[in-house]
Amino acid sequence: MTLQQERPRTGPLSEPERHYLSKPDRVREDRRFVTGKGRYVADLIRPDTLHVALVASPHPHARIGAIDTSAALQVPGVVAVLTGDELAAETEPLRQYLDVPEVQWWPLAVGSTRYAGEWVAAVVADSRAVAEDGAELVVVDYEPLPFVIDPEVAAGKDSPLVHPTHGTNVMADRHFAWGDVAGNRALADRTTTVRTRWNRNSTVPLETFGVIAAWDPHRELLDVWASIQMPQFPEQVAGSLRIPTNQVRVHFDVDVGGSYGVKRGIKHAVLAGFLARRLGRTVALIEDRSENMHGGDFHGPDRIFEVELAYTDKGDITHIRIDVLDDEGAYPGRSPLQLAKPIGAIVGPYRITSAEYHAKAVVTNKTGQVAVRGFGQSPTNYAIEAAVDAVARDLGMDRIELRRRNFIKRDEFPFRIPSGTEYDSGDYETVLEKGIAAADLAALIAERDELRGKGYLAGIGVASCLEPGGGNAIFENIMNPKNDKTTFPEACRIRVDGEGAVTAVISISSAGQAHETMVATLVGEELGISPDRIAVVRADSLSGFPSQSPVGSRMTIVLGQAIHGAAGELKNKLRIIGAHQLGLPVDEVDYRDGAVVSGSNPDVRLSWGELVAIAHRKQHLMPPGMQPGLEMVHVAHTPRSGTLTSPEGTVQLYPTYSFELHLVLAAVDPGTAKVELKRYVVAHDCGTVINPDVVRGMVYGGTAHGIGVALYEQFAFSPEGQPLTSSFMDYLLPSSHEVPRIVDVEHCTPSPYTSHGQKGAGEAGYMGAPAAVASAVNDALNGVGAAPLHSLPIKPSDIWSALRAAEQESS
Amino acid sequence: MSSTHVIDVDVNGEVRRCETTGRTSLADFLRDALGLTGTHLGCEQGVCGACTVLLDGQPVRSCLMLAAQADGRSVTTVEGLSGVDGELNPVQEAFCGSHALQCGFCTPGMVLAVQALVENVPEPTDHDIDEAIGGNICRCTGYVQIREAIAKALEARSTIETVPAR
Ligand code: FES
Ligand code: FES
Repeated sequence: MTLQQERPRTGPLSEPERHYLSKPDRVREDRRFVTGKGRYVADLIRPDTLHVALVASPHPHARIGAIDTSAALQVPGVVAVLTGDELAAETEPLRQYLDVPEVQWWPLAVGSTRYAGEWVAAVVADSRAVAEDGAELVVVDYEPLPFVIDPEVAAGKDSPLVHPTHGTNVMADRHFAWGDVAGNRALADRTTTVRTRWNRNSTVPLETFGVIAAWDPHRELLDVWASIQMPQFPEQVAGSLRIPTNQVRVHFDVDVGGSYGVKRGIKHAVLAGFLARRLGRTVALIEDRSENMHGGDFHGPDRIFEVELAYTDKGDITHIRIDVLDDEGAYPGRSPLQLAKPIGAIVGPYRITSAEYHAKAVVTNKTGQVAVRGFGQSPTNYAIEAAVDAVARDLGMDRIELRRRNFIKRDEFPFRIPSGTEYDSGDYETVLEKGIAAADLAALIAERDELRGKGYLAGIGVASCLEPGGGNAIFENIMNPKNDKTTFPEACRIRVDGEGAVTAVISISSAGQAHETMVATLVGEELGISPDRIAVVRADSLSGFPSQSPVGSRMTIVLGQAIHGAAGELKNKLRIIGAHQLGLPVDEVDYRDGAVVSGSNPDVRLSWGELVAIAHRKQHLMPPGMQPGLEMVHVAHTPRSGTLTSPEGTVQLYPTYSFELHLVLAAVDPGTAKVELKRYVVAHDCGTVINPDVVRGMVYGGTAHGIGVALYEQFAFSPEGQPLTSSFMDYLLPSSHEVPRIVDVEHCTPSPYTSHGQKGAGEAGYMGAPAAVASAVNDALNGVGAAPLHSLPIKPSDIWSALRAAEQESS
Repeated sequence: MSSTHVIDVDVNGEVRRCETTGRTSLADFLRDALGLTGTHLGCEQGVCGACTVLLDGQPVRSCLMLAAQADGRSVTTVEGLSGVDGELNPVQEAFCGSHALQCGFCTPGMVLAVQALVENVPEPTDHDIDEAIGGNICRCTGYVQIREAIAKALEARSTIETVPAR
């Protein structure tokens, strides 16, 4: 039997046709969490499990000499101590995504340690406390080596080398120029250049990373439970452990306590898996907070930008140049790819027809980076928006007016930007108007001026930013042309059992994105069945299907596509069964809310129960040659993927582009330089919303995260290369005292390229909040004639210095 | 290496007699000895509030307290809030109604902090509310829907209180 292909969608479903989509509904996951019945990895530890504690390097760069483990091994309860050399002898190095064969990375340092906090040895004991006791007794001989902490120094010729055999600290250095650069520069009357610093921060989930590994030698199977957001990791764990991929079974039915990109933990899983095999026992590695903050390799982008905008006297921006230097830390891994994603939104929401981009990745003697919410987009948005604000200042033009003037207009979509990506859809002006209305801009300005009158520094911040959604992996090809991967699929199985109950099976883990609710809602919408009656379960990595990664809102978009495909195939099969039974041609019957109905006479129909009974139990009533049962697996490509990057570096990056507009009022206490956010409005357009409460939750949460980046969060290092932020005492996460009552207004411009018009929302808020808060602080400084600050986080001491400098200048 | 103590502690309404070591935190005791894994550990330094439990009705950080210090006292964990058949209490119900959570990791501590507010503060102001949850970090939600849930839980409390006793 061949199944008919689904016709491409001609337009999004109009509102009235929807049964469940975009309707307020409870989030099914919430119930287990409010009762304390989530099952996080640390909750799965059984009593006979061994625990790992890590010995961390105190040096930013040092040759490792002898490691004396004897005292540790004498502690009652300590079972083993593993060193980097022992581990490296029997495993493959962890994967590098750039073409840098000389960079070798293992879970435990080999030969030398390349940052303070790097794991040097692992102690295994029958409790975590005993393992920690043992770790304190491991004696390592270190011979300190020259080190480098500053990325600009690292990029220079005379720098100490982090990986000497690579010959340079520069891991990637890519120049791109798109569009008529010379012509567009010639159109401009002037240029403004802004250097911005996005200091090192990360998503820092409340749950640290954890993994449990168990080896069954009789079944030859390594079972892994981990707090991961990265289904591709079974292959990498198996590869590193030198065992076949079908001997690693990763369980996705584990709740993950927040990730926002970072929960990768391949090195943790390789280490735990190796120990489980070596010791024949179940081994748990649950990081404590300080291990997580430095040895875990979960830091985020650490960038220096220079953005130059060329523009006319009237404020039309004609060209953009972005130079960026990213400090990857000691081991680049996947993190430099975060320099490539912004190519797909390199002009922001603005109609700029040429761009230059120079992206350089260097290594330093710091903790390694990993993927962070937005995969490099939020820092880039911040740099672009800071430059747009500077143009407004230089032109003496209103910041909102300048943005409005340069926005891509609603009738210009789809809009191809110079770097090759086509923005799918948008209506930036309407979203801006909605934001202005929700914030009551006139009142906001009045409030700012009133605050100024009372002696406060006060400022209004504005940012208009894009959120690319539905990521494909083409950034791997952009940064490393040898990597010709163009497919980044997701899959779903929809099964209707013999009693007619519907179950959707997915093979990913979730970290708070409400995927079970999303899948049930989408399957319900597709099949016309109440989501309440649809079960959602998670297969493991061996019983599941191709599934790449819940990043960049790929579940809503790519898994949404897979659900659409599986449901379409299911409905087709039911139509074929129904038509056969009703004696009608297949194209004369419709599937409608669980029944197959004659197109000409709605009374001629076959009910869900009858269809299910035939499919499962009545071969004599099935069309000849049909497979029994109702099991549909659909593996979907990412929409708009499938082409390699052109030699000029142009390619379609993400399929959908959400938009957000932030307006924020900040007051700065002139005495303490403390920033208080008085009002905060986000106007947001992510196309068709699946669940409104989930989407606004993302907007609020991402905004709070961005506020942290703008004002509080930094992984700081001393000039000696020592981490200064090893706990929540020094790395400041925003609390209810810092996060204001954020107002979110939604707008919907559906994407023409997704199953229901949905776009990405998982990085919402975070895309624009750092830029908006910085813009507000700078407006406050501008109000008193002080120079703008262009380094995040903006600390009270920075504001203080800016004010003093302004005072000195005027006196 | 560490002393052992026998403690009597009322956990969620049931008195438990247990042996514990002198260095075992209350959080580890609840999780490892009693299997009450709803109490989460985010920092083990008293900053994040994920490990919040109620000790004699007041929120405390169970990572900073020793199990032995709970001897003779009563502890309520998140597991103690819902009914025997899993019915949600009004605070839990309000959290679900507003989707006041995402990953759920901070949620038990947050729910207990709010429970204490609802039980102990008659007419909380916005400031009281921010104070009550100010020691509980949530990385996911930005607190907006948590504040909504608190308003709902307070409303539910006043409805219950104004129902005339029969
Ligand atoms: S775990 Fe106790 S306060 Fe963070
Ligand atoms: S719900 Fe994830 S930390 Fe609060």
